[in-house]
Amino acid sequence: MQLLEILINGLLVGGLYGIIGLGLSINFGTMRVVYLVHGDLIVLGAYFLVTILVPAGIPPLGAAAIVVPVLFAIGWALQRFLVGPSLGRGVLPPLIVTFGISTVLQNALLLGATADARTLQSSLASAGISLGGLTVSLVRLLDFAVGLACLGLLFLLLGRTALGRALRATSDDSETARLMAIDPRRMYAAAAGIAAAIGGVAGVLFALTFTFYPSTGPEMLLVAFEVVVVGGLGSLTGTFLGGIVLAMAQLLGAHFFGPSYALVTGHLVVFGILLVRPQGLLPRTAP
Amino acid sequence: MTESLLRVEGLFASYGQLQAIRGVSFDVEAGQALAVIGENGAGKTTLFHSLSGLHGTTTGDVVFDGEHIRGVPAHELVRRGIALVPEGRRIFPSLTVDENLRVAEDQHRRRPHRARRWTRARVYELFPDLVAAARRGGHQISGGQQQMLAIGRALLSEPRLLLLDEVSLGLSPAVVKLLYQALAAIRAEGMTLVFVEQSVPQSLAFSDHLICLHKGTVRLAGTSRSQSLDDVRRAYFG
Repeated sequence: MQLLEILINGLLVGGLYGIIGLGLSINFGTMRVVYLVHGDLIVLGAYFLVTILVPAGIPPLGAAAIVVPVLFAIGWALQRFLVGPSLGRGVLPPLIVTFGISTVLQNALLLGATADARTLQSSLASAGISLGGLTVSLVRLLDFAVGLACLGLLFLLLGRTALGRALRATSDDSETARLMAIDPRRMYAAAAGIAAAIGGVAGVLFALTFTFYPSTGPEMLLVAFEVVVVGGLGSLTGTFLGGIVLAMAQLLGAHFFGPSYALVTGHLVVFGILLVRPQGLLPRTAP
Repeated sequence: MTESLLRVEGLFASYGQLQAIRGVSFDVEAGQALAVIGENGAGKTTLFHSLSGLHGTTTGDVVFDGEHIRGVPAHELVRRGIALVPEGRRIFPSLTVDENLRVAEDQHRRRPHRARRWTRARVYELFPDLVAAARRGGHQISGGQQQMLAIGRALLSEPRLLLLDEVSLGLSPAVVKLLYQALAAIRAEGMTLVFVEQSVPQSLAFSDHLICLHKGTVRLAGTSRSQSLDDVRRAYFG
């Protein structure tokens, strides 16, 4: 019974890990750039919620509706004015630029919000529902449901809208996309905005679920990176599945070897999967 | 005297570090077809990339419909009416055939001021082979279907000048015949065409004018009717 509870929890936390990885996957899938600032954007969303919006009396759900568009605007602006100009000059410049923004963000959060641990105090955090003798955390259920909803919305956006088609065309071949009157710079900014907005959703859920610090961003980035690599680079469904695999590995590791082994078990499982399937669990099928 | 739709004067362009185009000049009148021929490495693709805005590093002058367009980026030139069917077709592999067409149509829909002459339905009418393949992935169709799709996709951007790089490369004679029938229909509606074709007889038969490039320069230019096959072959092989 305890093992079943761990597996269910792994599945649910995997939903949150999936959202954390989705943004990185979108950026990489569209621009072939590893956005090193992605984890910090998630943490920025969490801080915006916990230190500004909720203390101002805005209920968490309403606050989330503000975090997401604000993060979209931040992601869009970062891409348009800072990361965008570094593209097309090799692999290193965008890595350095996103690393630089990450460092600035972490220090700005440290300066503005101190190094104290934060979390969103909510009645949801301690609420649970019973399912046939098992108690499931309501927050974790929310993590999974919102993660699934984000994945569904992304599929709708990419598959059914003009913006989605243009993003996929740009991802396939940005030069030919220009011949279709698509400006790749605008598409990249849109992709970065969408990725940051999903990061905002992840930030809200993370604030509800875990404790965080200004330096939590790189830990998030590591989760996102592992999730994306395990799932298959550029594959959204793979990313979500990767989140579930990583979360289950961590929880099972903690159960069998002790809590301090959670992270290392996750890393070992990622390593093992890469040895067997270097292309990830569900790589993109088109060449 | 008829006004030129496209005028190229003293164009220089590079392909990487190589100076691939050296002082190329020619005119194309509205509604006419110009064939560009030349052996591999003559500079045909570089010329087309310069005309379509994919290459920014050029000197010389390019005037389209009275406007100087050298240095204008590709996505802006498409809006002004220049479409390129690139060598190798460059179909978007993760999009279906229909989505490949829609992605071009989407962009034009955002410009309501210009009348729409081309729709997906018209493209499917022009290329019935694409109808059954509409839901298949762009990378899952034959080379001939890909060329039809690439032409259809270019038409959906409502061009006034259609550039076609290597119309028949790697395609069977039956497919090439179908493609040229479609291009004849497009041309009959007044479309201006500039095309690269490996087959010299096909180039002469389909075009009004012809230029032969050799090492980045124009070796031969004139009306297609006035050229003999031998003259063209001599220019072609230098």
